[in-house]
Amino acid sequence: MGDVAPILEIKNITKQFGKLLAVNNVSLDVIDGEFFTIVGPSGSGKTTLLRMLAGLEKPTGGDIILRGSRVNDVPANKRPTCMVFQSLALFNHRTVGQNIEFSLKMRGVSRADRRIRAMELMKTVRLPEDFYGKGVTKCSGGERQRVALARALASDPDIMFFDEPLSAIDYQLRKHLEVELKDLHRETGKTFMYITHSLEEAMVMSDRIGIMQAGHLIQVGTPDEIYTRPLNKFVSEFMGEVNTLSIRRTSPGKFECDELGAQLTGPADAGGSETGYLVIRPESMRFLSDPSEAENHVKGTLFNEYAMGSRVQYHVRAGGYMLVVEKLREQAYQGSIDDEVLIGWDVKDSVLVSD
Amino acid sequence: MATIIDKSPPPPLPQPTTLQSIGLWLRQPGFLTATPILLLFLAGFVGPLVIVLGFSFLPERTFGFHGEWTVDNYVHILTESYYISFMWSFGLATATVACCLLISYPVSYGLAKVFGRWAAPIMLLLVIPLFVSENVRLFGWYLLLLKGGGIFAGTTNYLFGLDTGTLLYSNGTTLMGMVYVYLPYTLFPTTLGLSLVPKDQVDAAGDLGANRWQVFREVELPIAMPGILIGSLLTFVLAVGAISEAKVLGGANTVVISHAIQHEFTYAQNWPLGSSISMFAIAITGILVIYVMGRLDLDRLLGRR
Repeated sequence: MGDVAPILEIKNITKQFGKLLAVNNVSLDVIDGEFFTIVGPSGSGKTTLLRMLAGLEKPTGGDIILRGSRVNDVPANKRPTCMVFQSLALFNHRTVGQNIEFSLKMRGVSRADRRIRAMELMKTVRLPEDFYGKGVTKCSGGERQRVALARALASDPDIMFFDEPLSAIDYQLRKHLEVELKDLHRETGKTFMYITHSLEEAMVMSDRIGIMQAGHLIQVGTPDEIYTRPLNKFVSEFMGEVNTLSIRRTSPGKFECDELGAQLTGPADAGGSETGYLVIRPESMRFLSDPSEAENHVKGTLFNEYAMGSRVQYHVRAGGYMLVVEKLREQAYQGSIDDEVLIGWDVKDSVLVSD
Repeated sequence: MATIIDKSPPPPLPQPTTLQSIGLWLRQPGFLTATPILLLFLAGFVGPLVIVLGFSFLPERTFGFHGEWTVDNYVHILTESYYISFMWSFGLATATVACCLLISYPVSYGLAKVFGRWAAPIMLLLVIPLFVSENVRLFGWYLLLLKGGGIFAGTTNYLFGLDTGTLLYSNGTTLMGMVYVYLPYTLFPTTLGLSLVPKDQVDAAGDLGANRWQVFREVELPIAMPGILIGSLLTFVLAVGAISEAKVLGGANTVVISHAIQHEFTYAQNWPLGSSISMFAIAITGILVIYVMGRLDLDRLLGRR
């Protein structure tokens, strides 16, 4: 990606509210046409970052460079970017058509041309034509979502920002809209910058993901990179349910785990620190019939099992730790609760992370 | 598992007759609990109005309901020069509403959006004067503006040797007094209206390319409009009935309509004429308000269509 000019360069940007450092020295290049998602828990500064990029907040330090020119002091209404708000911020006193046409009206586009463009956009976001004169308050959640999308697209912005627009929508519709949004990204070819607290949502849609924690952008990478090589314990646990074992290195590639009361083998090329965490995904864990079947093995008691549709999850108590093991339904463990089981995994499936 | 689904439609509910439904409505807890206040309103609010209405159709200088019904009083109003008083009242009220709106909007905007935790103390400061009687406050202005011995004239005379004469007894001062007295009635509904404007809609409008003026016109004003309208209407109706401002601060040659009514009831001892002027004023105000509310096409006004 290095040979492509970035559309947006964020340089050491900082935002301070009183004593609170909401965004702390964040730098990032966003490539033209990519779907970039910033993920972080609430209060991590991701919304503030996005609002600064959209021009709704002024950074207290650093620069925002859009297509080569510094836009720090350019107000939102003069920036070629558009935002879909968490609340959608639709104009409830206006119709669907008037909402979509808003940016065009502000620019003085004639009524007839506005209508043509609105109809076009409604087609793009799959809204029926007769919604044009409908009040936005009479639309359903998914329809309002589409109106907000069309409204943001109307001015043909260089970058579209999304501030968790799907967070208030029920699971099934959200899954559906995630796919539609990704398709829309492909159809329009625009740069999308999305924020969410759900890494799962980010995984589905994004080309690249940035993880924010307490105002810092701590890791940037493709979904695959983030998934397989999380930078630290925070990132790995943010990825969903994982086994995070607190370990102490005894010699290169050899670790002592007090929680499990076991000696473990892990990646040898792990930095300088003597302590850290060994992260193993639940689906990398296996039930063994013999210790020789895997490079690591731990004895435990099957505490409970949870059917999760296509998969089954097991909690196995081993020493002072509850291991999470996940199997496809066809490979489910044949046995019963309270069985003494042997759990194992290979070194290649484990990642060593710092605190 | 066997499922039992009854496909036949449910039997139609018996429809109550009109009389039955009125009876049902009367027995509802809502109506029953409202009864005391309804009776109070009927006795204390509608009753006196009915009496005034009755008096307005009685001959000159009648003090009870005995005499021939007549419309002479109304003919008298239309043939004499009462229209001047009506024009003063409605003109001053309109000007008061306009001034109050101009002052209120920025102050309301501050109270609703800018002052933050200072909004409550500022609001309190604006409310406190209401605890003092309107007349007392107007006499405060009177003392301030009095010729020669007034606080304003006295101070300029003492400090600069300037004789400012008096600012009293002019229609401008009357208007000032009315704006001063009725400002809270515009201010608070407008503040409420503006506080209903969601910040993210303002942000969104800006993000979509609207400048400050367009945000005001397209988002803030339409959303705050119900509050602004209610405030204006309240102020207008109260200002039409204003009397003290003109009497205390205004010139003797400006007789507002409520002054004329008071004159008939007290000095002239002509209750029927006073009643008919009252009914006339109520009717005009009522028609005007209903007409404006009905005709005011907000959508058109604000360029939504």
